Amino acid sequence: MMENAIAWIFIFPLFGSVFCALLGMANRKVCYPISVLSMVGAFWAGVETLMQAVGSSSHEVSYIFGGWTLDSYPRGVGIEFRADLLGALITLVVLGVGLLVSIYSKLPTEEETPGKEPLFHSLFLLQITGLAGICLTGDAFNLYVLIEVAALTGYGLIAIGSNRAAAATFNYVILGTIGASLYLLGVGYVYITTGTLNMVGIHDAIMAPESKLAASASMQVAFVLICLGILIKMAFFPFHAWLPNAYCHAPTTTSCLLAPLVTKVMIYVMIRIVLTAFGVDFSFESTLWAKVLPWLVVVAIVSAAVMALAQREIKRMLAYLIVAEVGYMVGGVWVYNYYGMIGSIFHIISDACMTLCLFLGAGLILRKCKTTNFDGLRGLFSKMPLTMTGFFIGGFSIIGLPPTCGFFSKWYLITGAMVSERWEYLLALLFSTMVMVVLFFRMIERIHLAVSESGENLGKGHGDLGLTDEQTRFSEGPLTMLVPLLLAAGVVLVIGIYNQDVVNQIEIFLDNLPHDADLPKEAVGK
Amino acid sequence: MTDPLIIEDIRPFLAFLVPLVGVFGIAWAGDGRENLRETFTFIAAVLQATIVLSMVPTVLGGAIFEYHVWQIFTNVPLLLRVDGPGLLFASVASVLWIATTLYAIGYMRGLHEHAQTRFYSYFAISLSATMGVAFSANLLTIYFFYEMLSVSTFPLVTHMQDKEARTGGRTYLGYLLFTSLCLLLPALSWCYVWLDGGQVTMDFLGDTGKVGAFGPTAQIILLLLFTFGFAKAGIMPFHSWLPGAMVAPTPVSALLHAVAVVKVGVFCLYRVYADLFGFDVLRSLSGEHWMIVIACVTILISSLIALSQDNLKRRLAFSTIGQLGYVALGVTLATEKGAGGSVLHIAMHACGKITLFFCAGAIFVATGKKYVSELRGLGRKMPITMGAFMIGSLSVIGLPPLGGFVSKWYLALGALDRDALWVVVVLLVSSLLNVFYLLPVAVTAFFRTEETDKDSGIKEAPWPCVVPLALTALGCFVLFFLSGPLLRLAGIGE
Repeated sequence: MMENAIAWIFIFPLFGSVFCALLGMANRKVCYPISVLSMVGAFWAGVETLMQAVGSSSHEVSYIFGGWTLDSYPRGVGIEFRADLLGALITLVVLGVGLLVSIYSKLPTEEETPGKEPLFHSLFLLQITGLAGICLTGDAFNLYVLIEVAALTGYGLIAIGSNRAAAATFNYVILGTIGASLYLLGVGYVYITTGTLNMVGIHDAIMAPESKLAASASMQVAFVLICLGILIKMAFFPFHAWLPNAYCHAPTTTSCLLAPLVTKVMIYVMIRIVLTAFGVDFSFESTLWAKVLPWLVVVAIVSAAVMALAQREIKRMLAYLIVAEVGYMVGGVWVYNYYGMIGSIFHIISDACMTLCLFLGAGLILRKCKTTNFDGLRGLFSKMPLTMTGFFIGGFSIIGLPPTCGFFSKWYLITGAMVSERWEYLLALLFSTMVMVVLFFRMIERIHLAVSESGENLGKGHGDLGLTDEQTRFSEGPLTMLVPLLLAAGVVLVIGIYNQDVVNQIEIFLDNLPHDADLPKEAVGK
Repeated sequence: MTDPLIIEDIRPFLAFLVPLVGVFGIAWAGDGRENLRETFTFIAAVLQATIVLSMVPTVLGGAIFEYHVWQIFTNVPLLLRVDGPGLLFASVASVLWIATTLYAIGYMRGLHEHAQTRFYSYFAISLSATMGVAFSANLLTIYFFYEMLSVSTFPLVTHMQDKEARTGGRTYLGYLLFTSLCLLLPALSWCYVWLDGGQVTMDFLGDTGKVGAFGPTAQIILLLLFTFGFAKAGIMPFHSWLPGAMVAPTPVSALLHAVAVVKVGVFCLYRVYADLFGFDVLRSLSGEHWMIVIACVTILISSLIALSQDNLKRRLAFSTIGQLGYVALGVTLATEKGAGGSVLHIAMHACGKITLFFCAGAIFVATGKKYVSELRGLGRKMPITMGAFMIGSLSVIGLPPLGGFVSKWYLALGALDRDALWVVVVLLVSSLLNVFYLLPVAVTAFFRTEETDKDSGIKEAPWPCVVPLALTALGCFVLFFLSGPLLRLAGIGE
């Protein structure tokens, strides 16, 4: 059965979602088990797919839906799901995050959106279907469809919360639609010029011996439109305006699912478009875009970091951090070398894990303290030590302290910046690292110290936090919420420690790019 | 010199692991069972010291231990290696941890401090990280443990949890993380990129001059990044975190901010200068002598600042910055004797300075006094404490037959090898300054009578405070007579 694991990744959540919607009408209680079970199934299929991809000689697994063939010129019209190492890795991240969040979702959904569980869980599973599909599809138009599947369910998942969430969603809908339209327009150009929608086919067409496509204006326009569309979708500064409000006002589970995945998957799409569809030479050499974007990245990272500094509330702060991290990853791609690319891909994985950690932690804090405002954090460590440990591991990873995975992705990004001598990008990275140090240790201070915001001592000295015993007594969150957090924190450490195994797979992927296109490895000045 | 014999052995890793395991015991015992908790700390400390010291004979015999923990990057492993200088540093830190544990019991209980479980836990983690640094075999390994130490000492620095602690903690982390993330990390990455993936070249063993692939300008930049990046070494202008960190309880100031943390900084400098660049390369670099100047400036300015400090712990902190400058000076001199003197000074100064801090803490426990000007007449009330303070002062000043003399002697020899007579002058001037800011403390205590009667009830601090400081004061003598094997560990003895 597992020969077609790649299809099962898609089928489990898709049908799970249908069952949730149908059976949920009869009994709301069945939604949660269905949701968790379909995620378990999908996760298993994801692991299987990755194993197959690692095991196969071509390092990829392919599946063509509906019996179409790829024989016609240049690579057919059928929908092909291709899991190469990159796709399989990112899919596994999506499914892993989805699995943990689905376990986590039980209480927050019941408490925050009572009565809407069937709706929520079916949207949730559809969202996973869309995101996993994005990572697997090998077809540029199919990609658009799946992006919209993910986006539309995302709008629903956010708007399901409070009234303010609905307003935030509206903002998101407008920007999201603009982004998707730009992308679709770009794909249209590509189809007209190359006659195919299959990504490998597009690349074949560009690289064909007598092809003049690389120099053609329509391809350039297509490329810029596609990139622009994706940048809007991934909340790249200055197109980030939809993100903070959407993630802040969304229900807890929604923000836990969307924050780690949506932006990261869009980065994946960008890498996929650059490496597989347009190819290295075209993307980095032929367009003006490649000269402008690195500077936009610097602006993006610095401004997002500064805005994160101004926040007084955990979820908002994290939202701006995500915007900064998006800048990291885009920058890693566009420094145009081997290490930067490894850094970006690895950062997709590690950033998904650490953002998950932080949002799961923030959800637990919110549930216990009824606020995620900084000022309500005092004494939280004695109250929920495990939650805070998990949260801090995520925070250390964002800062980039070894041996968390955040250190290693940042290491490769910095190395990438050095190899291409992109000093401005390096400085932006270091600047935002320092901002993150400030952000997280400011929180640690709030939790740990008996000092008010204005610097007055609270309590009676000797570590007295000025709180009642009731407020500091040990009282952890429920296990369905705590266990996913601790697992996520564990994953952050494990990926850090076994980073070499992940990086090896990424390296195999990069070494086997089509048409032997290689990213530069050697340092410029060497 | 022939290649040393390499022995695969788990002991260096055990020395790192023991305190970490101990933390579980400490946390399990908790605040309710004080004696059990402190027993765990003791067991961890004694075990660690035993493990470390058990390696001494073999290393003195010319062999080195290695333990491969984990592969960080394809070419760079997390590798632990025990060689002479590392072992010397590790021995000092782990032996003094035993003394500090006893002292901490007296101090923390004497002052009825809060959150003692947290205190002992993070203390153990810090010691574990210190062992990691001492036994690191390459740049990346050392960086990992260096960061671990920065983070794990933060709860200790902010132990008082008040406004002062916040300021101190902010300065502490601000300086240490800024330098390590913004200067060190790029420097490491730079090495990794240029030096063929760092396979051999980030490793401390083997041929020196590994940075030869860089041009001379790049080498100087790299040297600057490393010198200031290891801000734990307290080289000016990145020294201000150390006085700020004095808000911590005295056992922390004593072991971490006079021995472990700061010595980790200078030890890292030693590794970079001696084992990464190599002295021949360094001496051939134009502009390298400015590093000597920076070290000398640090020594002199900090000594002058120390003169003006009335708060005893702050005075000692500035004195520490000056003494760290000596160690840095020794390595920047880029001569065999100078570097050996540096390694030796890590041990000698550790013993002397920890005595001084122990005394400062004992005085605070017994009398609640923090300022030098309040100490009049205290010598008669607390003879052991003030006597030990006197011995510690003399050792730091560098008089025979105390440990501090030996290392200063070799530093001076190193300066002469480099034909830098002015450095010897700096050493002399700063020794004089040491006399001016350290001796008056003991002298006022012994020879000036107190002005008020309200001090009449004062007596020595509880015995767990007094015994360790007497022992470390004794240690200053012992180190002088033990200097033979120490010199061999430091690589300059016969």
